[in-house]
Formats: sequence, C-alpha cells, structure tokens
Amino acid sequence: MPEVLVFATLNGLVTGLLLFMLASGLTVIFSMMGVLNFAHASFYMLGAYFAYSISLYFGYWTGLILAPLIVGVLGALVERYGLRRVHQHGHVAELVFTFGLAFLIEEAVQFFWGQDTKNYQTPDLLDFPLFTLFGQEFSAYRGFMLAISIGIFIGLYQVLTRSRVGLIIQAAISHPHMVANLGHNVPLIFTAVFGVGTALAGLAGVIAGPVLTTFPGMALVLGSIVFVIVVIGGLGSLPGAFLASLLIGLLQSYAIAANVGMPDLLALLGLEFPRSHPLDDLWTLNLSQIAPILPFLLLVLVLIFRPTGLMGKREQ
Amino acid sequence: MKALAAKSGVWAGYLAVLLLLPLIFDSILAISIFNQMAIAIVFALSYNMLLGQGGMLSFGHAVYFGLGGFLAVHALLMMENEAVYFSIAFIPLIGGLTGLLAGVFIGSFSTRKAGTVFAMISLGIGELVAASSLIFTGFFGGEAGVSGDRTFGPPLFGMDFFSDVDVYYLAAFWVFVSTVFMYLFTRTPAGRMANAVRDNPERAEFIGYSARWVRFISFCASGMFAGVAGGLFALNYEFLTDENLNLVTSGRVLLMAYIGGLGFFIGPIIGAIILTLMNFLLSNYTELWLLYLGIMFVLTVLFLPRGFAGFIMMHRLAWLRGSLHTLALPYLLTGLPALLFVLCAVCLLELSHAAEPVLHFLGLSLARDSVTVWAGLLLLATLGWYLTRKSVPGLRRAWEAANAPDADAAREQAT
Repeated sequence: MPEVLVFATLNGLVTGLLLFMLASGLTVIFSMMGVLNFAHASFYMLGAYFAYSISLYFGYWTGLILAPLIVGVLGALVERYGLRRVHQHGHVAELVFTFGLAFLIEEAVQFFWGQDTKNYQTPDLLDFPLFTLFGQEFSAYRGFMLAISIGIFIGLYQVLTRSRVGLIIQAAISHPHMVANLGHNVPLIFTAVFGVGTALAGLAGVIAGPVLTTFPGMALVLGSIVFVIVVIGGLGSLPGAFLASLLIGLLQSYAIAANVGMPDLLALLGLEFPRSHPLDDLWTLNLSQIAPILPFLLLVLVLIFRPTGLMGKREQ
Repeated sequence: MKALAAKSGVWAGYLAVLLLLPLIFDSILAISIFNQMAIAIVFALSYNMLLGQGGMLSFGHAVYFGLGGFLAVHALLMMENEAVYFSIAFIPLIGGLTGLLAGVFIGSFSTRKAGTVFAMISLGIGELVAASSLIFTGFFGGEAGVSGDRTFGPPLFGMDFFSDVDVYYLAAFWVFVSTVFMYLFTRTPAGRMANAVRDNPERAEFIGYSARWVRFISFCASGMFAGVAGGLFALNYEFLTDENLNLVTSGRVLLMAYIGGLGFFIGPIIGAIILTLMNFLLSNYTELWLLYLGIMFVLTVLFLPRGFAGFIMMHRLAWLRGSLHTLALPYLLTGLPALLFVLCAVCLLELSHAAEPVLHFLGLSLARDSVTVWAGLLLLATLGWYLTRKSVPGLRRAWEAANAPDADAAREQAT
C-alpha cells in the first residue's frame, strides 16, 4: 500500500505541476483581458509538435528552448491581430474567437503533421530510472518535469511579485488607464504577457509531449481540465490556480491508483444487487473509471456552491 | 395589417419551400441532405435562443440534443419490443420533453449567472455528461452507441417510414412547428425580457424582473427544442453514439449559429443550411474541409461579427435609400480578386496535401511536383491579395457614400 501511495503522490505532483504551467498563463491572461483563452491548450499542443519536429533535426534540447519561443511569438501575433480586433465586440465574441482558434489549430496540426501519433521520445540523457522504491522505478524524465515545473513556478512568482516588470504587469491588470497615463504602453504589455503565457503553455507541451503522447487530440484532452482548474482556483487568482492544479493532479492520480469502487462500498454496507439490475453500471462502478470526470464534477460543485472559486476575489 | 400580411406571406413561403423541396430535388442524396438540414435548423435555432437572444454562451448544448436523441432511440426500442405502441410522429416530442426536463434540472443551478461562469458550467456539464455516457454503457451503449428501428410503429397517413422521404415530411412538419413556436417565443414577454437581460441584467432587475428566472425560462425552452432536434436525429439515423453528446456536437452548433448570424432570427437557419451543404459538398472532395471550416469560422468572428445574416442586413439602409446599385461595381472589384486569392490558396493547400501526382481542381489538371504550377499559383494568389487590398479603400468609400444621410439630396442635386 505505501508504494502505491508514494507513486500516486509523485505522479499526481508531476501532473499537477504540469497543469499549473498551463493554468498560470491562462490565469494571468484572464485577469488581464477578462477572457478565458479557449485555445490555450492548443498552444500547448503546438509546443509539443514544434519540439518534435525540431528534435528530429537538432535534438531534444534545442527543441526545449526553441519551441516555446516560436509558440510565444505565435501567441503574441494572435493577440495583436486577432483578439485585439475582436475585443470591441465584447467578451462573448472573444471567447467564441478563441474557441474557433482552438478548432482551427487542431485542424492545422492535422494538416501539417497528420493524424497519427508522433514518436516523440524522451532524450537519451534522461532515459534512466532516477530511483527505485519498493521495486518500482521513477524515471529521471519525470523528475526533470518536476524540476522544470517547480523552477517555472518559483521564477514566475518572483518575477510577478518582486521585479519591476511584475509590478507594472500587476498594476496594468488592476488599473490599466493609470498605468497608461504613467507612460507605459499597456497594449504592448498585454501582448507580451499573452506571448509569455502561451510560451509557458508551449514549454509545458514540450516537456509533456514524450510522456503524454503527441497526437492531434492532446489539446482537447488537457484543455478542458485546465479550464476547470482556473475556474476552481478562482478566476484570476494565481495561488488558487496552483492549489487547484495540485488538487486535480493528485485527485486524478489517487483515483486511478485506488482499487476501490461501488462494490466495496456496497459490501461495506452489506448490500448486494443482482448482476442484471438496470443500474448495474452504477453498482459496479470503479473509482478509476470515474477519474476522468472527477474534475468536471468538482467544477460543477464549486460553481454551484462557491461561484468565485477557491481563492477568487471578485464576483464575475 | 400590411405587416401582418407580409409576415404570413413569409411563413407561407417557408412552408411551401419545405413541402416542395423533395419534389424538386428528389434524389436520395438530396433527401438525406434535407433531413440533416432540418435537424440542424431546429438545433441551431434552439442554440440561438440561448446565445443570440438570451446572451448565454453554452459549450454544452449537445447535452439536450443527445439526451433527447437517446431517449427517442430507447422509445423506438421499446416499440420494437412491443412495450408501447404509438405513431413515431411523436418521437420528437419525447426528445423535446427529455430536453425540457434536462433543461429544468441543469438550468435550476446554471442560470444564476450569465457570461463566463455560465459558459464554464455548461462546459463542465457537457464534459460530465459526455464522459458519463462512456461509463454507463447500459443506457448509452458505450462507444458502439444505441441503434433502433423506426418502422415498428403504426403507419401515419399511409407513410410507413421505410424511406427517407417519409422521414423528411415528418421532419419538415416538426421543423415548421418548432420554427413557428421559437419565433413566437421571441414575441412573448419572456422572450422580450430575455433580450433585456442579455443587454443589461441590472436594469432588468431594477424594473423588477428576476434575471435568473428570465434566463431559466429561455434555457428550458432552448433545451426542449434541442431535444426535439435530437428526436429528429434519432428518427433519421436510428442511431446515436456518445459523439452526439460531446463537445464536437456542441461546437458545431455554435459554429452554425455564429456563422449564420446570432442577432437575427433567420441567422441560424442560414448557418445550418450553409454548414450542412458545405459538409456534404466539400467532405466528398477534400479531407481538409474541417480546416476550411475553421478558417471560415475564425474569419467570420473577426470580420463579420454578426454573421451572414448580419452581412445581408447591413445593406438594408442602402436598399431603403435606393443606393444599393452603386455598391455593385465596388463589390465586384473587391470580390473577384478575393475569389482569385481564395481559389489559389485552396489550390495550394490541396496541392500540398495531394496523395496522387496529379490534382484535379476546377477542371484543371495540376502536377503536384511541378515548380511552375506552384510558382504560378503563388504568383496568382499574391496578385489576388494585392488587388483585393488595393480595392478595399474604394469599396469603403462607396459604402460610406451609399449610406451617407445626404445621399438622396446629393443625387437630386446631380440630376
């Protein structure tokens, strides 16, 4: 039992921190522009694909550096020539635009890279077990993912709270007109933050690509979960997003690892149902089966009982 | 009185078109396209009730469509097992009731807020239901889906529903009824208040209306009509899978309504017709049609925020002023190079994706590996782009002149 717990925790942390890399960009972009970027996970997918293509020619490490940069530039272009234009038509139009963009990017990826799964491999350098615990191996690559995610988290936190740039960004979020009056180019700040946010998503894609497989549906798989995290954490709250990322990561990991379900619960209650019962699916439900829907269940519950999210401040 | 006559004329025309279509285009393919259009029209109109009239952006509208459809298929199955016996003309009603019930339940907590919160709840519920449909295989049939048979019910007016034409007439009836009721809904106080709450919920609350209650009513009605569409889908295909419940279907209805035009009652109808036609016409020829659809959608959001219907309605003022004809030439000057650019771009995309060495495009045979073909197409595309850009200012000037308040006076002076 303890080995299951330890590995579930470690895997949950890896997933959670990876999710936070996406959620952090999404949150900052939301608090700035008031729009949830539906296409955020699509940039994550683009990161993985760019890195895959680059790694074919120049190796993994070049991809790790170049792919997020390319994705960031693409993101900045989308903000400058797409979102800013749609902004005048209101939030619904912006949300619909990013939704269309997500759709378009998925089709474009299939156009350029095809529909099959790409054989994007972990680099040889990290292809060894980091440590062995209870006879189970924890790969060095997962350790690397953990390290990068934590590094990004600390770096982002430091930049946003300690540096001058971070102060200006924070000021531009709450009082854009005042910041503009002080002589800062607020639209440029918005574009830059959007670019950095999408670059972070791209970086997440680069490091997640080899583990979570690189295929055209990868944005859809993660996209809605990242949305869930941002909403559960409280729209616009970075600490909330961090908390929610870890919560969802661990929750899913534990649910998959736990080998319990309705049969155990029924046995505990001393109940028994015949196999042909109309609700048979319900009585034989396993916790690992419902792991994919747990985040959405949590989302609906949070939105009903605490619409501002865990750490959200203002009512949207 | 005159307005009433004009309106009833429009409705009579709509009915006549619905009834005459299968007589004019009577091929099997055409009928199946019409059936799909009928389903899409009801579904898109129900979506517009939510987003266009109520201001609620939903990413989970397929839930009501799918649940209605699944219940309808199960009703067909019950008929097959001789548990019940009634005409399948009522199947869409079963779908509608299911959609209504689901709407009442989900709307009871999701309509508290509009905007982003509502969009997120709808997304969450959509994903929840779609994922559950794969878990509860007894009802939803898992990945294989559930299939029924529509021919076990009693015949209606001599129709036994073996052929698609019979289904078309049934669908046409339901489309007409649904359209009438959805239109009438926009005229009721509830429909009017939905617009008010969309535009300014605070003011609506100050007058004494509960914004939440108004949203709830729209939401339930919208869910009901989505369910009717689901029931029609079940009748037409006799088959439902988890895809009818998930984000793909929800996204498609959003595309239809948005491309057609949200602010207008007729918009979603236009969108449904365009997208269904595109689906049929393009998907036979190219694998890339979803890419084109994506590009078209993003361009619509960017440049035609009120959709095709909005684009047509933009010309109302010029039409009333009698200056519409002055726009014809500028439109042609911009439109032709733009068409050239689009055709060349499409050709280039197809060429880069062609499986065979020779691509047949618009009657031309193009060699995939020839540099001349590529260079020529690139050149033509650039030319088209350049000419389009160059003619846009002229079009803008013509547009302003045609819509200028003193256009009448200026013309009178000139003559």
